[in-house]
Amino acid sequence: MSLDKSTVRAIAELARIEVPDEELDHLAGELSNILTFVEQLSEVNTDGVAPMTSVAAMTLPMRKDEVTDGNQADAVLANAPDGADGFFTVPKVVE
Amino acid sequence: MAYLIEGETGDWEIVIGLEVHAQVISKAKLFSGAATEFGAEPNSQVSFVDAGFPGMLPVINETCVEQAVRTGLGLKAQINLTSVFARKNYFYADLPQGYQISQYELPIVGNGELLIDLPDGSTKAVGIERLHLEQDAGKSIHDMHPTKSYIDLNRSGVALMEIVSKPDMSSPEEAGAYLTKLRSILRYLGTCDGNMQEGSMRCDANVSVRPKGSTELRTRCEIKNVNSIRFVQQAIEYEARRHIDVYESGGEIRQETRLFDSAKGETRSMRSKEHAHDYRYFPDPDLLPLVISQDFVDGIKAGLPELPDDKKARFMAEYGLNAYDAGVMVAEKASAEFFEAVARGGAADPKDGQASPAGGRDAKKAANWVMGDFFAAMNAGDYSWENPPVSAENLGRMIDLIDDGTISGRLAKDVFQFMVAEQKDPATIVAEKGLKQVTDTGAIEKAIDDVMAANPDKVAEVKAGKDKLIGWFVGQVMKATQGKANPAMLNELIAKRFKE
Repeated sequence: MSLDKSTVRAIAELARIEVPDEELDHLAGELSNILTFVEQLSEVNTDGVAPMTSVAAMTLPMRKDEVTDGNQADAVLANAPDGADGFFTVPKVVE
Repeated sequence: MAYLIEGETGDWEIVIGLEVHAQVISKAKLFSGAATEFGAEPNSQVSFVDAGFPGMLPVINETCVEQAVRTGLGLKAQINLTSVFARKNYFYADLPQGYQISQYELPIVGNGELLIDLPDGSTKAVGIERLHLEQDAGKSIHDMHPTKSYIDLNRSGVALMEIVSKPDMSSPEEAGAYLTKLRSILRYLGTCDGNMQEGSMRCDANVSVRPKGSTELRTRCEIKNVNSIRFVQQAIEYEARRHIDVYESGGEIRQETRLFDSAKGETRSMRSKEHAHDYRYFPDPDLLPLVISQDFVDGIKAGLPELPDDKKARFMAEYGLNAYDAGVMVAEKASAEFFEAVARGGAADPKDGQASPAGGRDAKKAANWVMGDFFAAMNAGDYSWENPPVSAENLGRMIDLIDDGTISGRLAKDVFQFMVAEQKDPATIVAEKGLKQVTDTGAIEKAIDDVMAANPDKVAEVKAGKDKLIGWFVGQVMKATQGKANPAMLNELIAKRFKE
């Protein structure tokens, strides 16, 4: 599978990564190589085989509905680049 | 009967599907142990999981799973014993993980059905496509600073059920009826409080139009986050009209997300969402598939309360109510319980599912009093089902006083008002206010004589054949007895006097 320049540009935008136009061709080649490598897996016939979600035979553990966490606004906000009055603050995003 | 919009080129139909986000009633969040309470100090109910800190792992809350299954059963839906959580990827300031944990290909609940009650007493089945569990995002506040948005993550990670209908609705009224019924069922089940103002129930409407009689599905637009049933209806009406105008002027509708501006009553495009539709869902590697047992589902099923449709059918069969009255009574669990307590005479247990046959009281009369004077009093003052204007017990006793002839239906209206104002039982009110009806023939005849003696000209007119005036005499005698004359006796005695 090969990706074209515009697809690479769209992927970069979705990931919020700034990619200069002159790098798009190069990246399209690299990403296409990765996809081609992974595509080899499709040669294996997996008809009737359920997707493997874990190497351990486990089911999802559940938790009781109890409040055991929270009340730590200072810790939650400690690494924030910007904050005020107990809130995170970011450049204005509004419709 | 079909709802049509008249255009320049002919009539158009609307096709509506609704997505409802219902906040699950639980103490802790879907994947963390932080509290879910509304209105707490900013960021005080946030665990490191909810804040998307590196290395933190989600652990699912069993009660949230139960609530989703309970809701699925209430919607007569298929429960999937295996379901899978997926990541829905997008960037937004109030989504710290950079993705929402949701369910995509394998939701916990599949196809179901909801019966909506229409104003003419008929019902219509609306298909449920699916119900899945997902995390709520945080909250952005844009009006606290000129250049910054403030982010509160208290809501981040709270469990939501996204309930998706099939595109089976064809008018704003049907959409309103769907939301009303869904909210009623969620409240009966105790899985969501249904409060649209506080945002614990939010609605997105998918709207498209097509020429009358056509079966095609044209491009739809999604109107996001409308926060009242009335606004949903207005938004649908506006959006349908917009589509028709675009088609009739030769244009095309573009699939997009729109916002409803309730102040202007119109929808507008949300530009920021234009590129957001590529969510790149994939199974969340932090979570194994959710596997539940049939026993788990059966246990929840056994504990389901009697739901509105069943209760309505029972009220019609057991109490002889018509479809409309029964529908009004069962709309809220509390109103249904109140009615049953009045109708049954208080002796029986009003608990769900243990309904005893109707007690001694006339159920139709009980329904009329509850829906009439009682609802009016409820709406007029600061009352709730926990604090009603008149208790079910006292309203029942008042009906007993009508039935045993102590008061007439007419006097009962006064007694009721005094009961509300003075918070006393009906017998006390009747005694204190002297509201017992007059059933003494002599006393009523005396009052009739007095009125006739005072109005000889009108007596002559009646005798000359002007029967309509008899009603005037009844009114005068009623007035003279302060409304206490037994109406049936009064009518009979007056008729008799004029025949003499």
